[in-house]
Amino acid sequence: MQLIACPWCGEREENEFHYGGQAHVAYPQDPYALDDEQWAEYVFFRDNTKGPFAERWVHAAGCRRWFNALRDTVTHEFLAVYDVRAKHPPTTSAAPAAPRRKDQEASR
Amino acid sequence: MNTPFRAHGHGHVDRDTTLSFTFDGITHTGHPGDTLASALLANGVHRVAGSIKYGRPRGVLAAGAEEPNALVQIEAPFPEPMLTATTVELYDGLVARGLSGQGRLSSRPDPARYDTMHAHCDLLVVGAGPAGLATTLAAARAGARVILIDELPRPGGSLLGGQELLDGAPATVWADGVVAELDAHADVQVLRRTTAFGHYDDGLVLALEKRTDHLGATAPAHISRQRVWRIRAKQVVYATGAYERPVAFDNNDRPGIMLAGSARTYLNRFGVLPGRRAVVFTTNDSAYPAALELADAGIRIAAVIDAREEVPEHWRAACHERGIGIRAGHVVTGTSGVERVTRAHVAAFGRGRLGERQGIGCDLLLVSGGWNPAVALFSQARGALRYDTGIGAFVPAHALDGVRTAGSASGTFTLAGALADGVDAARRALSAIGRTCRTTALPSPAPLPDAAPAHVLWRVPSPQDDQDGAKQFVDLQRDALVSDVLRATGAGLRSVEHVKRYTTIGTAHDQGRTSGVMTSGIVAEALGVDVADLGTTRSRPPALPVAFAALAGRNRGELFDPIRVTALHPWHVEHGARFEDVGQWKRPWYYPRADETMDEAVLRECRAARTGVAMMDGSTLGKINVQGPDAGVLLDRLYTNMMSTLKVGRIRYGVMCGVDGMAIDDGTVIRVAEREFLLTTTTGNAAKVLAWMEEWLQTEWPDLRVHLTSVTEHWVTIPLVGPRSRDVLALVAPGLDVGKDAFPFMSWRDATVAGVAARVCRISFSGELAYEINVPAWDGITVWKALHTAGGAFGITPYGTETMHVLRAEKAYPIIGQDTDGTVTPQDLGMSWVVSKKKPDFVGKRSFTRAENRRGDRKQLVGLLPADERVLLPEGAQIIATSEIPAPPVPMLGHITSSYRSDALRRTFALALVRSGTQRIGETLYVPLDGRTVPVTVTEPVLFDKEGTRRDG
Repeated sequence: MQLIACPWCGEREENEFHYGGQAHVAYPQDPYALDDEQWAEYVFFRDNTKGPFAERWVHAAGCRRWFNALRDTVTHEFLAVYDVRAKHPPTTSAAPAAPRRKDQEASR
Repeated sequence: MNTPFRAHGHGHVDRDTTLSFTFDGITHTGHPGDTLASALLANGVHRVAGSIKYGRPRGVLAAGAEEPNALVQIEAPFPEPMLTATTVELYDGLVARGLSGQGRLSSRPDPARYDTMHAHCDLLVVGAGPAGLATTLAAARAGARVILIDELPRPGGSLLGGQELLDGAPATVWADGVVAELDAHADVQVLRRTTAFGHYDDGLVLALEKRTDHLGATAPAHISRQRVWRIRAKQVVYATGAYERPVAFDNNDRPGIMLAGSARTYLNRFGVLPGRRAVVFTTNDSAYPAALELADAGIRIAAVIDAREEVPEHWRAACHERGIGIRAGHVVTGTSGVERVTRAHVAAFGRGRLGERQGIGCDLLLVSGGWNPAVALFSQARGALRYDTGIGAFVPAHALDGVRTAGSASGTFTLAGALADGVDAARRALSAIGRTCRTTALPSPAPLPDAAPAHVLWRVPSPQDDQDGAKQFVDLQRDALVSDVLRATGAGLRSVEHVKRYTTIGTAHDQGRTSGVMTSGIVAEALGVDVADLGTTRSRPPALPVAFAALAGRNRGELFDPIRVTALHPWHVEHGARFEDVGQWKRPWYYPRADETMDEAVLRECRAARTGVAMMDGSTLGKINVQGPDAGVLLDRLYTNMMSTLKVGRIRYGVMCGVDGMAIDDGTVIRVAEREFLLTTTTGNAAKVLAWMEEWLQTEWPDLRVHLTSVTEHWVTIPLVGPRSRDVLALVAPGLDVGKDAFPFMSWRDATVAGVAARVCRISFSGELAYEINVPAWDGITVWKALHTAGGAFGITPYGTETMHVLRAEKAYPIIGQDTDGTVTPQDLGMSWVVSKKKPDFVGKRSFTRAENRRGDRKQLVGLLPADERVLLPEGAQIIATSEIPAPPVPMLGHITSSYRSDALRRTFALALVRSGTQRIGETLYVPLDGRTVPVTVTEPVLFDKEGTRRDG
């Protein structure tokens, strides 16, 4: 049972949280400017990153607030938690530079 | 009472108290402090069970949790299977029998209670042997919050099984003193009879505490029998000791063959002599104290067979003093005796060759192949292991951030070393969390001569070449042989993980404590690789068997899952309602009268709603209060239709879709005030819808000034339904103008109903004239009873969810999640009218125009009328095009989503999702049922009052 540091409540057990998928996937500015394939890309497709990955989480059984996290999908380690409104993950010493840049490219 | 194999002057059992127990139908005696195994051995009982595969007689190999053989089934006081005789504490009245591998669960419910404990600490120490006690003592004196857990009833660990001295006194005296000091520390908790079985992320350790098992039938009912501790520790030190491992040789499984250290434990901890005449077979120094102590206690040591060419002089001298002969450079090649070992076959062994064999008579064969540090929990914590060639075993390669080992678990086998290592582990652990730990004065053991190197020997070659069917066992519980391991490597397996699964070695209750490392050794030999490169298997929780009852704790029966009931629940119970589970809610399903069947009750309830007046408890509907200046904007973006234009006092039905355009929920939205809405959700979807709305609000549109609050439990909601509902409402709400024009459909009014401030909505989920009366939950029962009384003259009928479903299905109002499955759009439901064409965008809109969602052959909601109006089609039944079922694969056109008997239609009917359904109206399709097919006619989904003439009464 992993501990996850909710930015509002502090460390809580993982079963209080729900996973919300990849972060920084914004709702398209104009969905009607996209063809079906581009729209399907937004609706159905997400990255499957090995290593540091920017994700959305919600403290569902706690404060019910959403936040973003940078998590290593290999070790499950949370490298950072940060504001859900941030445009990109924070720079952390724990996160290798290369995969993070890749993440940012992947986030549309 | 005296038993033949008790050694006088030895052991920590209470000889003044005698316990009576029965094993395999024979009554024996023992003492408090005994295990079932020690009591059996004290009575000369060595054969405990037959082996699982070959049915060979098996005895007691070990003295603790590593025991692979002595499985027992407890029969009384309460049946419990698959326990090891070496870990069952003896109690009066115990009835047990030996088990051949598989036990039997009781058919009676377990009367015992089980519980869960949660604890947090700076440092968790597992194991109260010398290292663990030293760790705990040092950390306790440094003021840390420490939990020490130990599997035995009495702390001391290996000290209980030896004769070591500390500061000139028995080491157990020191252990007792340490525990007394620890017990006096406010921040230190010592848990006895508690075994750690799992190490999880972030320092979470699960341990099983056996609180009353040792009390047998006298266990107090109010104390939980076992409880699972969930300990969250900043630092963990595993001072879990080491397990002795045997050596594989021919017929190495006979009763009377025992690990040398375990025999020593039986003598020193239990005062039990496990035989009269022993042969000791060893590869290392550790068997000599066992041989000498047993000899001093009266066992005749026929010979010490040492696989090493060189035997240290001090052991040689000590043996000589007692007349014990040593055969260096020799091994045991096999044994004789079926029910009990009678003879050890001994031969010189060097350069891979066996010399001439000689038999030595014995009733006890002690074996030591070295010691395996108990690293299972460290391994579970993802600690890396390193092969130590000196001891022929795996030890922790390096400590983890919050997890380390101490003492024998680290491969430090001397008493002085274990004590020092324990203090060092405390210092390092506390330092890691920013605390200091001063040096703790340690007691001094008696000086020992330097240990001589061990000889690492996994197996002795079979002198018979297997001609007489001699077997060399690796895993005694699984009856897995050396030849099985060789068959695995012969089949091409190269990984110990694969060999484990191929042979099942290490998968029994003992998790390979005595067989795991030996397997690595034999595989390495067979493959000609280094054991260090081959490695060992990764341990996974649980490290020992844990009963499901203990894991469940209190979360069983009524407490398994929360049960939610409405404020009106007692009334429903009183009036004979049958209940249905909807999520966690108990909802009245129907209210049978006298000996009515469900069908009869539901038809009667439906008739009342369509012809008179009926009422139901709708309190479980999810209710979400939406407040803020941007409330209308948020709802416009989440519902398919326009909500911001709704006038205060009015109500609108709405559907929510996912971004993929599929319907996820529906309900009504009422505008309470300019900046406040109240929306309802499907009962089972309330939490999901709130979470969905919060997700969009917080992550996509955090600029919107809106707050969402669940108010489901705040309100009791009572639909009052039927042509006479207006008359009933008028009686209980005299101040409310209930006229058709004054109080139109899809509007709401604040009113006093039965003296209670209420919000009355004119909405209908049945097509009938209907009101929905909402009052604060506290007043719910008052209003419910008042309605029931006022409606008496009109034959008011309470109805349940089944009737609600029939009424709504007759009108083709879909239930999201029953008539839909996450692949159904509002258009598929025939509800294009609920999708706004004016709004530029809302969640799901873009997906409606995806090519896939515009296909004409999508599955659409239709009505189905079985040709035989008495046939009730099962929900979930498939629909096909032909009256004969064609050869597979059968083309499926869709499935039945709802199916009922209708009082209003005087027949059965169904709703279904059917491919190109709207184009098939009037067609005949077929539903396979009980080996035949039922013809059905496809119809428009709305089957009753298509024109909607009834809603105004």
